[in-house]
Amino acid sequence: MPLKRLIPCLDVDDGRVVKGTNFVDIRDAGDPVELAARYDAEGADELVFLDITASHEDRDTIVQLARRTADEVFIPFTIGGGIRSVADAQAVLDAGADKVGINSAALARPELIGELAAVFGSQCVVVAIDARRVPGAGSGPAWDVYVAGGRNRVEGREAVAWAVEAAERGAGEILLTSMDRDGTEDGYDLELTRAVAGAVPIPVIASGGVGTLDHLAEGIVDGGADAVLAASIFHYGRYSIAEAKRAMREAGIDVR
Amino acid sequence: MSVSPPELKIADYGMGNLRSVAKAFEHVGVAATVSSDPGELAGASALVLPGVGAFPEAMREIERRGIGEPIRERAAAGVPVLGICLGMQLLFESSAEHGGAEGLSLLPGTVAPLAAPGLKLPHIGWAHLGIERESELTAGIADGEPFYFVHSLAARPLDTDVIATADYGERFAAVVGRENVFGTQFHPEKSSAAGLRMLANFAALATAPAAA
Repeated sequence: MPLKRLIPCLDVDDGRVVKGTNFVDIRDAGDPVELAARYDAEGADELVFLDITASHEDRDTIVQLARRTADEVFIPFTIGGGIRSVADAQAVLDAGADKVGINSAALARPELIGELAAVFGSQCVVVAIDARRVPGAGSGPAWDVYVAGGRNRVEGREAVAWAVEAAERGAGEILLTSMDRDGTEDGYDLELTRAVAGAVPIPVIASGGVGTLDHLAEGIVDGGADAVLAASIFHYGRYSIAEAKRAMREAGIDVR
Repeated sequence: MSVSPPELKIADYGMGNLRSVAKAFEHVGVAATVSSDPGELAGASALVLPGVGAFPEAMREIERRGIGEPIRERAAAGVPVLGICLGMQLLFESSAEHGGAEGLSLLPGTVAPLAAPGLKLPHIGWAHLGIERESELTAGIADGEPFYFVHSLAARPLDTDVIATADYGERFAAVVGRENVFGTQFHPEKSSAAGLRMLANFAALATAPAAA
Protein backbone atom coordinates (compact mmCIF):
# COMPACT_ATOMS: atom_id res chain seq x y z
CA MET A 1 0.00 0.00 0.00
CA PRO A 2 1.21 3.54 -0.65
CA LEU A 3 2.33 5.35 2.47
CA LYS A 4 -0.34 7.45 4.16
CA ARG A 5 0.08 11.12 3.35
CA LEU A 6 0.13 14.32 5.36
CA ILE A 7 -0.94 17.27 3.25
CA PRO A 8 -0.70 20.85 4.47
CA CYS A 9 -3.28 23.04 2.77
CA LEU A 10 -2.63 26.64 1.86
CA ASP A 11 -5.68 28.79 1.28
CA VAL A 12 -4.61 31.57 -1.03
CA ASP A 13 -6.24 34.93 -1.65
CA ASP A 14 -4.65 37.24 -4.19
CA GLY A 15 -1.33 35.45 -3.88
CA ARG A 16 -1.20 35.39 -0.07
CA VAL A 17 -1.93 32.56 2.39
CA VAL A 18 -5.03 32.87 4.52
CA LYS A 19 -7.04 30.49 6.65
CA GLY A 20 -10.51 31.17 7.83
CA THR A 21 -12.46 29.95 10.77
CA ASN A 22 -15.56 28.45 9.22
CA PHE A 23 -14.38 30.33 6.11
CA VAL A 24 -14.79 33.80 7.63
CA ASP A 25 -12.44 35.89 9.73
CA ILE A 26 -9.40 35.23 7.54
CA ARG A 27 -5.85 35.92 8.70
CA ASP A 28 -2.72 36.45 6.64
CA ALA A 29 -0.15 33.73 7.29
CA GLY A 30 2.46 34.57 4.71
CA ASP A 31 3.87 33.96 1.29
CA PRO A 32 2.54 30.67 -0.10
CA VAL A 33 5.73 29.64 -1.88
CA GLU A 34 7.93 30.34 1.12
CA LEU A 35 5.58 28.36 3.31
CA ALA A 36 5.36 25.54 0.74
CA ALA A 37 9.14 25.22 0.53
CA ARG A 38 9.31 25.07 4.32
CA TYR A 39 6.69 22.31 4.39
CA ASP A 40 8.64 20.36 1.75
CA ALA A 41 11.84 20.67 3.83
CA GLU A 42 9.98 19.54 6.97
CA GLY A 43 8.63 16.39 5.33
CA ALA A 44 5.19 17.21 3.93
CA ASP A 45 4.16 14.53 1.42
CA GLU A 46 2.13 16.76 -0.84
CA LEU A 47 0.59 20.23 -0.86
CA VAL A 48 -2.80 21.62 -1.73
CA PHE A 49 -3.31 25.26 -2.70
CA LEU A 50 -6.90 26.44 -2.67
CA ASP A 51 -7.50 29.78 -4.32
CA ILE A 52 -10.47 30.84 -2.24
CA THR A 53 -11.33 33.87 -4.32
CA ALA A 54 -10.39 32.46 -7.70
CA SER A 55 -13.83 32.91 -9.15
CA HIS A 56 -13.44 36.69 -8.87
CA GLU A 57 -9.73 37.03 -9.50
CA ASP A 58 -7.49 37.22 -12.49
CA ARG A 59 -6.59 33.65 -13.54
CA ASP A 60 -2.97 34.63 -14.05
CA THR A 61 -2.45 34.91 -10.29
CA ILE A 62 -2.95 31.19 -9.73
CA VAL A 63 -0.87 30.22 -12.75
CA GLN A 64 1.92 32.41 -11.43
CA LEU A 65 1.59 30.69 -8.06
CA ALA A 66 1.90 27.26 -9.70
CA ARG A 67 4.95 28.44 -11.62
CA ARG A 68 6.69 29.93 -8.57
CA THR A 69 5.90 26.84 -6.51
CA ALA A 70 7.32 24.50 -9.15
CA ASP A 71 10.54 26.55 -9.08
CA GLU A 72 11.14 25.84 -5.41
CA VAL A 73 9.05 22.92 -4.23
CA PHE A 74 9.82 19.32 -5.16
CA ILE A 75 6.84 17.38 -3.89
CA PRO A 76 3.52 16.93 -5.70
CA PHE A 77 1.07 19.80 -5.42
CA THR A 78 -2.56 20.39 -6.28
CA ILE A 79 -4.10 23.68 -7.34
CA GLY A 80 -7.80 24.18 -6.74
CA GLY A 81 -10.21 27.07 -7.00
CA GLY A 82 -11.72 28.55 -10.09
CA ILE A 83 -10.78 25.74 -12.48
CA ARG A 84 -13.72 25.39 -14.86
CA SER A 85 -12.33 23.93 -18.07
CA VAL A 86 -9.66 21.79 -19.67
CA ALA A 87 -7.89 25.02 -20.66
CA ASP A 88 -7.84 26.29 -17.05
CA ALA A 89 -6.40 22.95 -15.91
CA GLN A 90 -3.86 22.90 -18.74
CA ALA A 91 -2.52 26.30 -17.67
CA VAL A 92 -1.75 25.29 -14.08
CA LEU A 93 -0.48 21.82 -15.02
CA ASP A 94 1.86 23.31 -17.64
CA ALA A 95 3.09 25.73 -14.99
CA GLY A 96 4.18 22.75 -12.88
CA ALA A 97 1.19 21.68 -10.79
CA ASP A 98 0.62 17.92 -10.56
CA LYS A 99 -3.13 17.87 -9.98
CA VAL A 100 -6.10 20.17 -10.19
CA GLY A 101 -8.87 20.38 -7.64
CA ILE A 102 -12.40 21.06 -8.86
CA ASN A 103 -15.47 21.70 -6.78
CA SER A 104 -18.30 23.98 -7.89
CA ALA A 105 -17.44 23.62 -11.58
CA ALA A 106 -17.86 19.84 -11.28
CA LEU A 107 -21.21 20.26 -9.56
CA ALA A 108 -22.37 22.70 -12.21
CA ARG A 109 -21.25 20.40 -15.01
CA PRO A 110 -20.23 16.88 -13.86
CA GLU A 111 -18.96 16.03 -17.38
CA LEU A 112 -15.93 18.21 -16.60
CA ILE A 113 -14.52 15.41 -14.41
CA GLY A 114 -14.46 12.98 -17.34
CA GLU A 115 -13.08 15.59 -19.72
CA LEU A 116 -10.16 16.35 -17.42
CA ALA A 117 -9.51 12.64 -16.78
CA ALA A 118 -9.49 11.90 -20.52
CA VAL A 119 -6.95 14.62 -21.29
CA PHE A 120 -4.67 14.49 -18.23
CA GLY A 121 -5.42 11.13 -16.60
CA SER A 122 -7.42 10.44 -13.45
CA GLN A 123 -4.34 10.94 -11.28
CA CYS A 124 -4.52 14.67 -12.10
CA VAL A 125 -8.14 15.13 -11.07
CA VAL A 126 -9.07 15.80 -7.45
CA VAL A 127 -12.75 16.40 -6.77
CA ALA A 128 -13.22 18.53 -3.67
CA ILE A 129 -16.46 18.09 -1.75
CA ASP A 130 -17.63 20.44 1.00
CA ALA A 131 -20.15 18.51 3.08
CA ARG A 132 -22.43 19.49 5.92
CA ARG A 133 -24.62 17.19 8.01
CA VAL A 134 -28.30 17.26 7.22
CA PRO A 135 -29.88 18.41 10.47
CA GLY A 136 -32.13 15.79 12.03
CA ALA A 137 -31.72 13.28 9.19
CA GLY A 138 -34.04 10.38 9.87
CA SER A 139 -32.55 7.01 8.90
CA GLY A 140 -28.82 7.37 9.62
CA PRO A 141 -26.60 10.34 8.89
CA ALA A 142 -26.59 12.20 5.59
CA TRP A 143 -24.56 15.13 4.32
CA ASP A 144 -25.50 17.96 2.01
CA VAL A 145 -23.06 19.35 -0.53
CA TYR A 146 -22.13 23.03 -0.37
CA VAL A 147 -20.37 25.44 -2.71
CA ALA A 148 -19.06 28.99 -2.49
CA GLY A 149 -16.99 28.32 0.62
CA GLY A 150 -19.88 26.72 2.46
CA ARG A 151 -22.39 29.48 1.75
CA ASN A 152 -24.69 27.74 -0.72
CA ARG A 153 -26.27 24.30 -0.48
CA VAL A 154 -26.45 22.37 -3.75
CA GLU A 155 -30.01 21.22 -4.39
CA GLY A 156 -30.45 17.48 -4.84
CA ARG A 157 -26.89 16.41 -4.00
CA GLU A 158 -25.92 14.10 -1.14
CA ALA A 159 -22.18 14.02 -0.37
CA VAL A 160 -21.57 10.25 -0.35
CA ALA A 161 -23.54 9.71 -3.56
CA TRP A 162 -21.73 12.63 -5.19
CA ALA A 163 -18.34 11.16 -4.24
CA VAL A 164 -19.35 7.84 -5.81
CA GLU A 165 -20.48 9.59 -8.99
CA ALA A 166 -17.28 11.67 -9.14
CA ALA A 167 -15.18 8.50 -8.89
CA GLU A 168 -17.24 6.82 -11.62
CA ARG A 169 -16.73 9.85 -13.85
CA GLY A 170 -12.96 9.61 -13.53
CA ALA A 171 -11.88 11.48 -10.40
CA GLY A 172 -8.55 10.23 -9.07
CA GLU A 173 -9.08 11.42 -5.51
CA ILE A 174 -11.73 12.94 -3.27
CA LEU A 175 -10.79 15.88 -1.05
CA LEU A 176 -13.51 15.72 1.58
CA THR A 177 -14.08 18.71 3.85
CA SER A 178 -16.54 18.75 6.71
CA MET A 179 -18.06 22.22 6.81
CA ASP A 180 -19.39 21.45 10.29
CA ARG A 181 -15.87 20.86 11.59
CA ASP A 182 -13.84 23.29 9.47
CA GLY A 183 -12.25 25.84 11.77
CA THR A 184 -13.56 24.23 14.96
CA GLU A 185 -10.41 22.23 15.88
CA ASP A 186 -12.69 19.43 17.11
CA GLY A 187 -11.21 16.87 14.70
CA TYR A 188 -12.43 15.43 11.40
CA ASP A 189 -16.03 14.31 10.95
CA LEU A 190 -14.97 10.66 11.15
CA GLU A 191 -18.41 9.34 10.34
CA LEU A 192 -18.46 11.34 7.11
CA THR A 193 -14.89 10.27 6.26
CA ARG A 194 -15.70 6.60 6.88
CA ALA A 195 -18.88 6.80 4.83
CA VAL A 196 -17.09 8.24 1.78
CA ALA A 197 -13.88 6.18 2.12
CA GLY A 198 -16.00 3.04 2.30
CA ALA A 199 -18.06 3.99 -0.74
CA VAL A 200 -15.42 4.95 -3.32
CA PRO A 201 -12.56 2.94 -4.85
CA ILE A 202 -10.22 5.97 -4.94
CA PRO A 203 -8.18 7.68 -2.22
CA VAL A 204 -9.96 10.03 0.17
CA ILE A 205 -8.24 13.03 1.74
CA ALA A 206 -9.85 13.95 5.07
CA SER A 207 -10.17 17.67 5.74
CA GLY A 208 -11.75 20.12 8.13
CA GLY A 209 -11.41 20.38 11.88
CA VAL A 210 -7.86 19.39 12.83
CA GLY A 211 -6.85 20.95 16.15
CA THR A 212 -4.42 18.41 17.62
CA LEU A 213 -1.91 15.93 16.23
CA ASP A 214 -4.07 13.03 17.43
CA HIS A 215 -6.75 14.15 15.00
CA LEU A 216 -4.46 13.36 12.05
CA ALA A 217 -4.04 9.72 13.05
CA GLU A 218 -7.78 9.46 13.77
CA GLY A 219 -8.58 10.49 10.20
CA ILE A 220 -6.62 7.52 8.90
CA VAL A 221 -7.18 4.87 11.57
CA ASP A 222 -10.82 5.65 12.42
CA GLY A 223 -11.89 7.56 9.31
CA GLY A 224 -10.29 5.22 6.78
CA ALA A 225 -8.74 8.14 4.87
CA ASP A 226 -5.66 7.65 2.69
CA ALA A 227 -4.38 11.13 3.42
CA VAL A 228 -5.02 13.84 5.98
CA LEU A 229 -5.10 17.54 5.29
CA ALA A 230 -4.64 20.36 7.74
CA ALA A 231 -3.94 24.06 7.53
CA SER A 232 -3.99 26.34 10.53
CA ILE A 233 -2.22 24.01 12.98
CA PHE A 234 0.88 24.39 10.81
CA HIS A 235 0.50 28.00 9.68
CA TYR A 236 0.81 29.61 13.05
CA GLY A 237 3.78 27.49 14.10
CA ARG A 238 1.80 25.57 16.68
CA TYR A 239 3.03 22.23 15.34
CA SER A 240 5.70 21.37 12.82
CA ILE A 241 5.20 18.89 9.99
CA ALA A 242 7.91 16.75 11.59
CA GLU A 243 5.96 16.62 14.86
CA ALA A 244 2.82 15.65 12.96
CA LYS A 245 4.61 12.87 11.09
CA ARG A 246 6.08 11.60 14.34
CA ALA A 247 2.64 11.50 15.95
CA MET A 248 1.27 9.55 12.97
CA ARG A 249 4.19 7.11 13.11
CA GLU A 250 3.67 6.62 16.85
CA ALA A 251 0.04 5.78 16.12
CA GLY A 252 1.29 2.89 13.98
CA ILE A 253 0.74 4.51 10.59
CA ASP A 254 3.30 3.87 7.84
CA VAL A 255 4.38 7.33 6.74
CA ARG A 256 7.35 8.73 4.89
CA MET B 1 41.34 18.20 -14.75
CA SER B 2 38.75 20.70 -15.83
CA VAL B 3 35.57 19.59 -17.51
CA SER B 4 33.19 21.66 -19.55
CA PRO B 5 29.73 22.15 -18.07
CA PRO B 6 27.35 19.38 -19.12
CA GLU B 7 24.88 20.00 -21.91
CA LEU B 8 22.03 18.31 -20.10
CA LYS B 9 19.02 18.09 -22.37
CA ILE B 10 15.48 17.10 -21.49
CA ALA B 11 13.82 15.48 -24.49
CA ASP B 12 10.45 17.04 -25.22
CA TYR B 13 8.03 14.66 -26.90
CA GLY B 14 4.91 16.48 -25.78
CA MET B 15 4.19 14.35 -22.73
CA GLY B 16 4.17 15.45 -19.14
CA ASN B 17 5.75 17.80 -16.76
CA LEU B 18 9.01 18.95 -18.37
CA ARG B 19 9.19 22.17 -16.42
CA SER B 20 9.34 20.45 -13.02
CA VAL B 21 12.22 18.25 -14.18
CA ALA B 22 14.19 21.23 -15.52
CA LYS B 23 13.59 23.19 -12.30
CA ALA B 24 14.69 20.26 -10.14
CA PHE B 25 18.01 20.04 -12.02
CA GLU B 26 18.41 23.81 -11.71
CA HIS B 27 17.83 23.50 -7.96
CA VAL B 28 20.86 21.20 -7.67
CA GLY B 29 22.97 23.57 -9.75
CA VAL B 30 22.71 21.87 -13.13
CA ALA B 31 21.52 23.82 -16.14
CA ALA B 32 19.04 21.74 -18.11
CA THR B 33 17.31 22.74 -21.31
CA VAL B 34 14.15 21.29 -22.75
CA SER B 35 14.38 20.50 -26.45
CA SER B 36 12.54 18.64 -29.18
CA ASP B 37 15.16 19.49 -31.77
CA PRO B 38 17.00 16.38 -33.04
CA GLY B 39 20.17 18.40 -33.71
CA GLU B 40 20.26 19.84 -30.20
CA LEU B 41 19.61 16.48 -28.58
CA ALA B 42 22.41 14.96 -30.67
CA GLY B 43 24.84 17.33 -28.93
CA ALA B 44 23.73 16.46 -25.40
CA SER B 45 26.30 15.30 -22.86
CA ALA B 46 23.45 13.92 -20.74
CA LEU B 47 19.91 13.15 -21.79
CA VAL B 48 16.70 12.92 -19.76
CA LEU B 49 13.47 11.37 -20.98
CA PRO B 50 10.68 12.54 -18.68
CA GLY B 51 7.09 11.64 -19.22
CA VAL B 52 3.60 11.08 -18.07
CA GLY B 53 1.11 9.50 -20.41
CA ALA B 54 0.66 6.51 -22.66
CA PHE B 55 3.52 4.52 -24.17
CA PRO B 56 2.29 4.13 -27.78
CA GLU B 57 1.46 7.82 -28.08
CA ALA B 58 4.87 8.78 -26.66
CA MET B 59 6.72 6.54 -29.14
CA ARG B 60 4.69 7.95 -32.03
CA GLU B 61 5.62 11.50 -30.97
CA ILE B 62 9.29 10.56 -30.55
CA GLU B 63 9.44 9.17 -34.08
CA ARG B 64 7.34 11.98 -35.54
CA ARG B 65 9.72 14.57 -34.10
CA GLY B 66 12.72 12.57 -35.28
CA ILE B 67 14.28 12.37 -31.82
CA GLY B 68 14.43 8.57 -31.50
CA GLU B 69 17.61 8.46 -33.56
CA PRO B 70 19.61 11.03 -31.53
CA ILE B 71 18.49 9.34 -28.30
CA ARG B 72 19.70 5.93 -29.53
CA GLU B 73 22.90 7.45 -30.90
CA ARG B 74 23.69 9.29 -27.63
CA ALA B 75 23.06 6.14 -25.60
CA ALA B 76 25.37 4.15 -27.90
CA ALA B 77 28.00 6.87 -27.56
CA GLY B 78 28.08 6.31 -23.81
CA VAL B 79 26.33 9.53 -22.80
CA PRO B 80 24.34 9.17 -19.56
CA VAL B 81 20.63 8.69 -20.27
CA LEU B 82 17.91 8.85 -17.61
CA GLY B 83 14.31 7.83 -18.25
CA ILE B 84 11.76 8.99 -15.69
CA CYS B 85 8.42 7.18 -15.19
CA LEU B 86 7.03 6.69 -18.72
CA GLY B 87 10.50 7.73 -19.92
CA MET B 88 11.97 4.72 -18.11
CA GLN B 89 9.42 2.41 -19.71
CA LEU B 90 10.31 3.76 -23.17
CA LEU B 91 13.90 2.52 -22.69
CA PHE B 92 12.71 -1.09 -23.00
CA GLU B 93 11.88 -3.18 -26.07
CA SER B 94 8.11 -2.99 -25.91
CA SER B 95 5.07 -2.28 -23.75
CA ALA B 96 1.69 -3.97 -23.48
CA GLU B 97 0.00 -0.61 -22.83
CA HIS B 98 -3.01 0.31 -25.03
CA GLY B 99 -2.58 -2.53 -27.53
CA GLY B 100 1.19 -2.53 -27.38
CA ALA B 101 4.07 -0.74 -29.05
CA GLU B 102 7.81 -1.04 -29.66
CA GLY B 103 10.10 0.98 -27.41
CA LEU B 104 13.58 2.47 -27.82
CA SER B 105 15.20 -0.90 -26.99
CA LEU B 106 18.08 0.64 -25.03
CA LEU B 107 17.49 -1.98 -22.33
CA PRO B 108 16.40 -5.61 -22.72
CA GLY B 109 12.95 -6.38 -21.35
CA THR B 110 9.33 -5.41 -21.67
CA VAL B 111 6.70 -3.34 -19.84
CA ALA B 112 3.53 -4.93 -18.45
CA PRO B 113 0.68 -3.93 -16.13
CA LEU B 114 1.39 -4.10 -12.41
CA ALA B 115 0.08 -7.33 -10.91
CA ALA B 116 -1.68 -5.75 -7.96
CA PRO B 117 -4.83 -7.79 -7.31
CA GLY B 118 -7.23 -5.95 -5.02
CA LEU B 119 -5.18 -2.75 -5.11
CA LYS B 120 -6.03 0.52 -6.78
CA LEU B 121 -4.42 1.43 -10.10
CA PRO B 122 -2.67 3.61 -10.96
CA HIS B 123 -0.29 3.16 -8.08
CA ILE B 124 -0.04 6.74 -6.80
CA GLY B 125 1.99 7.85 -3.83
CA TRP B 126 5.13 7.42 -1.81
CA ALA B 127 6.69 3.96 -1.55
CA HIS B 128 9.87 2.70 0.10
CA LEU B 129 12.78 1.96 -2.19
CA GLY B 130 14.58 -1.35 -1.68
CA ILE B 131 18.14 -1.02 -2.93
CA GLU B 132 19.28 -4.22 -4.65
CA ARG B 133 22.78 -3.25 -5.69
CA GLU B 134 25.18 -0.33 -5.55
CA SER B 135 25.01 2.30 -8.23
CA GLU B 136 26.25 5.84 -8.80
CA LEU B 137 22.59 6.87 -9.11
CA THR B 138 21.66 5.82 -5.57
CA ALA B 139 24.84 7.09 -3.87
CA GLY B 140 23.95 8.63 -0.52
CA ILE B 141 20.39 7.33 -0.61
CA ALA B 142 19.41 5.07 2.26
CA ASP B 143 17.75 1.71 1.72
CA GLY B 144 14.04 2.22 2.47
CA GLU B 145 13.96 5.90 1.48
CA PRO B 146 10.51 6.75 0.04
CA PHE B 147 9.98 8.10 -3.50
CA TYR B 148 6.88 9.34 -5.31
CA PHE B 149 5.24 7.05 -7.89
CA VAL B 150 2.41 7.47 -10.42
CA HIS B 151 2.08 4.46 -12.75
CA SER B 152 -0.05 1.50 -13.80
CA LEU B 153 2.60 -0.52 -15.64
CA ALA B 154 6.08 -1.61 -14.67
CA ALA B 155 9.18 -2.72 -16.54
CA ARG B 156 10.25 -6.37 -16.61
CA PRO B 157 14.04 -5.97 -16.95
CA LEU B 158 16.86 -8.48 -16.60
CA ASP B 159 17.58 -9.09 -12.91
CA THR B 160 21.11 -7.83 -13.45
CA ASP B 161 19.79 -4.43 -14.58
CA VAL B 162 17.73 -3.86 -11.42
CA ILE B 163 19.27 -1.31 -9.05
CA ALA B 164 16.28 -0.90 -6.71
CA THR B 165 12.75 -2.21 -6.32
CA ALA B 166 9.53 -1.08 -4.69
CA ASP B 167 6.46 -2.99 -3.62
CA TYR B 168 2.87 -2.63 -4.81
CA GLY B 169 1.13 -5.98 -4.96
CA GLU B 170 4.38 -7.29 -6.39
CA ARG B 171 8.01 -6.22 -6.18
CA PHE B 172 8.74 -4.26 -9.32
CA ALA B 173 11.78 -2.53 -10.81
CA ALA B 174 11.93 1.03 -9.45
CA VAL B 175 15.46 1.91 -10.59
CA VAL B 176 17.24 0.21 -13.48
CA GLY B 177 20.65 0.75 -14.96
CA ARG B 178 22.98 -0.80 -17.48
CA GLU B 179 26.25 0.99 -18.18
CA ASN B 180 25.22 4.58 -19.07
CA VAL B 181 21.45 4.00 -19.40
CA PHE B 182 19.28 4.49 -16.29
CA GLY B 183 15.60 4.65 -15.45
CA THR B 184 13.47 5.49 -12.42
CA GLN B 185 9.84 4.43 -12.28
CA PHE B 186 9.18 7.14 -9.66
CA HIS B 187 9.44 10.90 -10.15
CA PRO B 188 12.71 12.13 -8.61
CA GLU B 189 11.64 15.71 -9.38
CA LYS B 190 8.66 15.19 -7.04
CA SER B 191 10.46 13.14 -4.38
CA SER B 192 11.81 15.99 -2.27
CA ALA B 193 15.42 15.95 -1.04
CA ALA B 194 16.11 12.30 -1.88
CA GLY B 195 14.87 12.81 -5.45
CA LEU B 196 17.01 15.91 -5.89
CA ARG B 197 19.99 13.93 -4.64
CA MET B 198 19.36 11.28 -7.30
CA LEU B 199 19.16 13.90 -10.06
CA ALA B 200 22.43 15.42 -8.83
CA ASN B 201 23.99 11.94 -8.86
CA PHE B 202 22.86 11.52 -12.47
CA ALA B 203 24.17 14.93 -13.54
CA ALA B 204 27.51 14.10 -11.91
CA LEU B 205 27.87 11.19 -14.34
CA ALA B 206 27.87 13.69 -17.18
CA THR B 207 30.62 15.77 -15.63
CA ALA B 208 32.74 12.88 -14.35
CA PRO B 209 35.80 12.25 -16.50
CA ALA B 210 35.46 9.05 -18.49
CA ALA B 211 37.03 6.02 -16.83
CA ALA B 212 40.50 5.28 -18.13
